[in-house]
Amino acid sequence: MKNILKPLLAIGVFLLAFTSCDNSKKSDSRSGALAGNVAEKVYVAPGEHDEFYAFVSGGFSGQLSVYGLPSGRLFKVIPVFSQDPEKAWGYNEETKPMLNTSHGFVPWDDAHHPDISQTQGVVDGRWVFINGNNTPRIAKIDLTTFETTEIIEVPNSAGNHSSSFVTENTEYVVAGTRFSVPIPQRDMPIKEYKGNFKGALTFISVDPQDGNMDIKFQLIMPGFDYDLSHPGRGKSHGWFFFTTYNSEEANTLLEVNASQNDKDFIAAVNWKKIEEYVNNGGGTKVPANYAHNVYDDETHSATSTMKKEVLVVNPAEVPGAVYLLPTPKSPHGCDVDPTGEYIVGNGKLSANLTVHSFTKMLDAIENQKFAGDAYGIPILNFEDVLAGTVEQPGLGPLHTEFDDKGNAYTTFFISSEVVKWKVGTWEVLDRQPCYYSVGHLMIPGGNSQKPWGKYVVAMNKITKDRYLPTGPEVTQSAQLYDISGDKMELLLDFPTIGEPHYAAGCPADLIKSRSKKIYNLEDNKHPFAVKSEAETKVVRDGNTVHISMSMIRSHFSPDNIEGVKVGDKVYFHVTNLEQDYDVPHGISMIGANTSELLIMPGQTETFLWEPKQEGVWPFYCTDFCSALHQEMQGYVRVSPVGSNTELKWSLGEEIE
Amino acid sequence: MNLVGKFIYVLLGILLFSCKNESNNKTVDNSAIVESASQSERTGQAFVIDDEGRPTVLKVAINSPNHTTLVAAVQAAQLENVLVNAGPLMVFAPTDEAFTALPEGTLENLLKPENKKALANILKYHVTPGNYSKEFLTTFDRLGQANNQYVKIEVINGEPMVGGAKILASIPAGNGIVHVIDKVLLPPSNE
Repeated sequence: MKNILKPLLAIGVFLLAFTSCDNSKKSDSRSGALAGNVAEKVYVAPGEHDEFYAFVSGGFSGQLSVYGLPSGRLFKVIPVFSQDPEKAWGYNEETKPMLNTSHGFVPWDDAHHPDISQTQGVVDGRWVFINGNNTPRIAKIDLTTFETTEIIEVPNSAGNHSSSFVTENTEYVVAGTRFSVPIPQRDMPIKEYKGNFKGALTFISVDPQDGNMDIKFQLIMPGFDYDLSHPGRGKSHGWFFFTTYNSEEANTLLEVNASQNDKDFIAAVNWKKIEEYVNNGGGTKVPANYAHNVYDDETHSATSTMKKEVLVVNPAEVPGAVYLLPTPKSPHGCDVDPTGEYIVGNGKLSANLTVHSFTKMLDAIENQKFAGDAYGIPILNFEDVLAGTVEQPGLGPLHTEFDDKGNAYTTFFISSEVVKWKVGTWEVLDRQPCYYSVGHLMIPGGNSQKPWGKYVVAMNKITKDRYLPTGPEVTQSAQLYDISGDKMELLLDFPTIGEPHYAAGCPADLIKSRSKKIYNLEDNKHPFAVKSEAETKVVRDGNTVHISMSMIRSHFSPDNIEGVKVGDKVYFHVTNLEQDYDVPHGISMIGANTSELLIMPGQTETFLWEPKQEGVWPFYCTDFCSALHQEMQGYVRVSPVGSNTELKWSLGEEIE
Repeated sequence: MNLVGKFIYVLLGILLFSCKNESNNKTVDNSAIVESASQSERTGQAFVIDDEGRPTVLKVAINSPNHTTLVAAVQAAQLENVLVNAGPLMVFAPTDEAFTALPEGTLENLLKPENKKALANILKYHVTPGNYSKEFLTTFDRLGQANNQYVKIEVINGEPMVGGAKILASIPAGNGIVHVIDKVLLPPSNE
C-alpha cells in the first residue's frame, strides 16, 4: 500500500499544480467559456445581424476583409491592391486601370491601415481608406458598393506606412513615407543618405461630396523613417502627429544603427497652417509622375490618369508649422486620445509608454522652449511636453486605442498582451494575454472623438497551435475581447486573411441601410452596355471582335456565334440584365487567359479571349444563378485564319 | 488498479469541487494586475508543443546542464513566455557558477515570491531585443536591454565584455541567440 501511495501522492501534487484553482483571471478561451456566458456574447443567431462592421486589413494579400462583430463572421474580401479571380477585379478590362502606377501595372501591394471617414470627429461610415505600402498608394473603398473606387499613387514616397489616417472631417487622408529617398529620385551613392535623403508627408484632400482624392501638398521632412501617424482631434484638430525612427539617418543594418539614439521623435505638423500657406500661393510645384485611378459606378469602368506635378512644401518655409517631440526608442504607434489632449508614443524598444500633452506642447512652443533643432525644425524638451509615463506596463508596446470611458488599451508584442490603463493617472488597470504576439488592436471608432468601447479586436502576428494545423502556413488570427466591464474578457478567436495589420470598425447601422442592392440598368453608361437582348450584337473591326452580350436567367444572348477566327482578339462585353437583389451571373470561356467575370445586376464587364485553335468552343455561367443554371451556356465557332466563315450570332434560332 | 483508479477519481473530484468553491468565493486580487497575466498562468507560447523547430532561447537554457539556476530563476519570475516570443532575442545566460559567485544569500533572497519583480528586472537586464554574433557585439558601445536600461560593452583583447562579463560560448536558437557568460549582470541602480 505504501508503495502505491507514493506515486499517487506524486500524481496528486502534479494534478494540483496543473488544475491550479488560483487563477483569478479566466482568460483562456476554454476556461472562459466554461466559466461564464462567453459563447452567448459572441453568438449571433441565424438570420440575425452583427452589431458592428470591422474592416480588417488583409496585409500582404493586398485586400480588405469585412467582418461582423461580435461573431467574427467574414462577409466579404474586397480586392484593393490585388487581382481577385473571384470577382475579376484586376482581371477584367474595366478594373485593370485601377492597378496602374508610374511603374506600370502593379497587381499587388501590402495593405496596412484602414481608416473610416469622419464628420466632426465621429466615424460616418461613408468610405474606408487603406494604404498600399510597397508601391505607395492610397485607396478609397465606397461603403455603398463595398468596392474600391479610387486609388492615388503617392510620389516621392517609399514604404507608404504612416498612412492612411483621416482628419476629423475627412479634410485629408494622410500618407507618410516609411523610407526616406532622394527627392526627386536620382542616381546617387547610397552612403550619401544622411542629409540628402528626405521623407515626404503627403496630405491628400478628399472632396466632401464625392470623395475625390487629390494631393494638396507634400511636406518634405528630414530623412528619418516615418512609422505611424494619427490626427489631432477636438482641441488638437488641425495638427497631425507622426512617429519617427531612424533619426540617426542610417542606411544599413537599421536593427542596430537605427536603435542608437535614446529618443527619436514624434513630428507634430500644424497642417492648417500649411494649408493656409498653400492656399495663399505658397509651396513649389515640382515635376512628378503618379497615377490617379478612378472607378465610375455608371460606366462600370476605371480610368487611369498620369499626373505630372506635385506641390511640395519645405518646413522652413512655414515657421511654426512643424515641431519635433522627443520620444523614447523607435516609437511605432502614434495615438491620440478622444479629447485630443494626449499623444501616445509606443516606443517599441522601450518598456515604458510615453504620453505627450498637447497643451504643454503649445505652451512650450509659445514660450520658445527649444532643445535644439533638426534641419531647422525646432525640437522641444522631452520634459516640457511629457504628460506622463505608464511605467513598465509590458514589453514591446506597439499600438494604443481608446474607449469612451477614459481608458486606453495598448498592445505589447514581446510580452504578448493587451494592457488597459487609465488616461491621466497612467495606472495599469488590467491585462489580458494574446495568443500570440499581438500587433495592432482596434476598438470601433477608436481613432475618433467617439469610440464605441464595447469590444477590442487584437490582431496577432503569431498563431501557432490556436487552430487545427494546416501545414507550415497557419491562418492569421484575431481575438475579440469584451471591454464593457472593469476587466477585459477574451470572447473569441477568429481567423483572418493576409496579415491583419490594423482594422477600423463602426456600428453596422451607420452603413447597412445605405448598402446598394443592384445597379440601375438605365443608368449603365458602359460604352458596350446593352439594355435589352434586342441591342446585343457582334462587330468585327480588323482582327478585333466586340461581342455585346447580355445575360439573364437562364441564357446568354447571343449564345451561338460564328465567324471568329484564330488570332482574333475577342472582347466579351457582358451586361447582366437582372434587376433583382443578389442575382449575379458569371461567365467564362474555355482557354481564356484570364479569370471569370462575376457581374452584378445592371453591370457590364469585359474579358478578352484570344482563340488559338479552330473548333467550336463553349462558354457558360459560372455563378449558380437559377434552377436552369446548368442550361446557361453557349458556343463560339472558331475558323482558321483567312477563312470566309460569315460573322453571325443568334439565340434560340432552332427551337422546335 | 481499481483502487488506484478510484483514488484518482476521488482526488480529481475533490480538486474540481474545491475549484468551484474557491472561484465562487474569490475576490479580485488587484495586486495581480502589476504582473503579466500571460506569465501568471501556464499558458502561452512557451507551452506550445513544437518538437520540429530549432529550440528557442528558453529551450536552449532548459537543455543546458550549466544553467539550472538561471532556468529556476526564469521560472520563478514566470518569464517563460517572453523568452519564446518571435523576438529576436539575445539572452546573456550566466552559468550556475556565475550565480554561486554572487554574495551569499543574494540568490535565495531573489527567489522569494515577494521579490519576483526585482528578480524579473534582473533577468530582463540579461535580454536584448536583437540577435548578434559575439564578433558583431564588438561594434557596440552599449545594448538597450528589455528592462529599459543599458548594459555597457567594452572590447578587451578583441573580445566583447558585456557588463564586465565574458562570453564563454554562443548558441544560436530558433528565436535568437544565447551567449553564455561568466557573471551575473546587475542592473545599474542610478537610473
